[in-house]
Amino acid sequence: MSKQPTRVIVNGKSYARVVDARLTLADFLRHELNLTGTHLGCEHGVCGACTVLVDGQSARSCLMFAVQTNNCEVTTVEGLAPDGKLSVLQQAFIDNHGLQCGFCTPGMLITLTELLRDNPEPSEQDVREALTGNLCRCTGYAGIVKAALDAAQRLRGTAAAAGS
Amino acid sequence: MKPAPFDYHAPRQLKEAAELLAKLPNAKILAGGQSLVPMMNFRYVIADHLVDLGGLQELRGIVVADGHLRIGAMTRQRDLEFSDDIAKYCPLMSEALRHVGHRQTRNRGTIGGSLAHADPAAELPAICAAYDAIIHVASVRGMRQVKFRDFATGFMSTALQPDEMIAAVDLPLWPAGHGHGFHEFARRHGDFALAGAAALLDVGPNKVVRKAGLTLFGVAASPLRVDAAEARLTGRPFDANAVRTASAAAWLIEPISDIHASGDYRRHLAQVLSLRALNDAARRAGVEV
Repeated sequence: MSKQPTRVIVNGKSYARVVDARLTLADFLRHELNLTGTHLGCEHGVCGACTVLVDGQSARSCLMFAVQTNNCEVTTVEGLAPDGKLSVLQQAFIDNHGLQCGFCTPGMLITLTELLRDNPEPSEQDVREALTGNLCRCTGYAGIVKAALDAAQRLRGTAAAAGS
Repeated sequence: MKPAPFDYHAPRQLKEAAELLAKLPNAKILAGGQSLVPMMNFRYVIADHLVDLGGLQELRGIVVADGHLRIGAMTRQRDLEFSDDIAKYCPLMSEALRHVGHRQTRNRGTIGGSLAHADPAAELPAICAAYDAIIHVASVRGMRQVKFRDFATGFMSTALQPDEMIAAVDLPLWPAGHGHGFHEFARRHGDFALAGAAALLDVGPNKVVRKAGLTLFGVAASPLRVDAAEARLTGRPFDANAVRTASAAAWLIEPISDIHASGDYRRHLAQVLSLRALNDAARRAGVEV
């Protein structure tokens, strides 16, 4: 029973695989599905680079086994730009210098995608608190926080335009 | 960093889980995995079998009944954080949860896992100590209840036997209108605290304290109730002098020294944080000094 059949929906696409029980979700995404947008930094739940959404909630993919996502829906950074078109948040990262080397960016984007979904009007403090679980060694976070607040404003503008 | 190989079991019922734990040698329970999986990745933990309790719906949920709050062991920290019942009946826990790890780990981490892991600096065991929680422990032999005082046996150690699991936690309710205070000091938000204090106060007419609780964490092998402080406060009118002498009781502890902080520094923090927690509790109980 060290191998387990696992069925999981990743970025809207269904996959069925038989995997080693010890295979982490992060390695499953990267090595089995070739979705290498999810980065692995520390592999023990500290850096947040591997953050993905599991059933809509952010989680460390290095701290989950792929078998635990049986019958779950997973969203990775690739799922944020399904047709190659950047999300509002991704564009805001570019416009506000929210990344330099880019290693932490997938995790940042997933965490902030969840935050902006649950809280469309976050304060700077809300953004900074959400980002305590994601480490960046380049930017000093200033650009990332700015990008998140900018994206929130753009999304509210879009929502208001759609509603009027 | 990959975990050593193991066999994976995903029981659907408590009975099935108990039977697996009774039968399988060198098995570990997988709850939220936010402490266990890092230890497996480092191979501090090498298990032959992993019993995943994630599919046990019966271990999830929050119920208020008969003067206590019952929380299923597999209730996620995120669900506790946003529970109206927790906010109403156990606001101390709501406040503590904001300090538990990060959003991404609270989405997965469970109360049962936190208690079984028993990190001395963890917030949820401290809350259980503060409320004199009763831990419901399940195995093939049935269910037994353990007081938190007897459950926490030492540094990352509990009264759980290898074939036992936590099923639920009961927190006896404090009277409506009681005050609470929670303060901790960590180098970065979400880190384990160097020291922390949780206070509960129930105040009657003429500012007389009917019941007081002061719990310290991060300073000893397990959460520590400061009996001397509680005795100093209980049955007397609450005033500035009372809160000062009560928090000064934190000077009597002998905290641990490690690479993060010296024992002396932790003792200083314990006293300052006790004072702040008691003052918050008093303010919320309507007896600001």
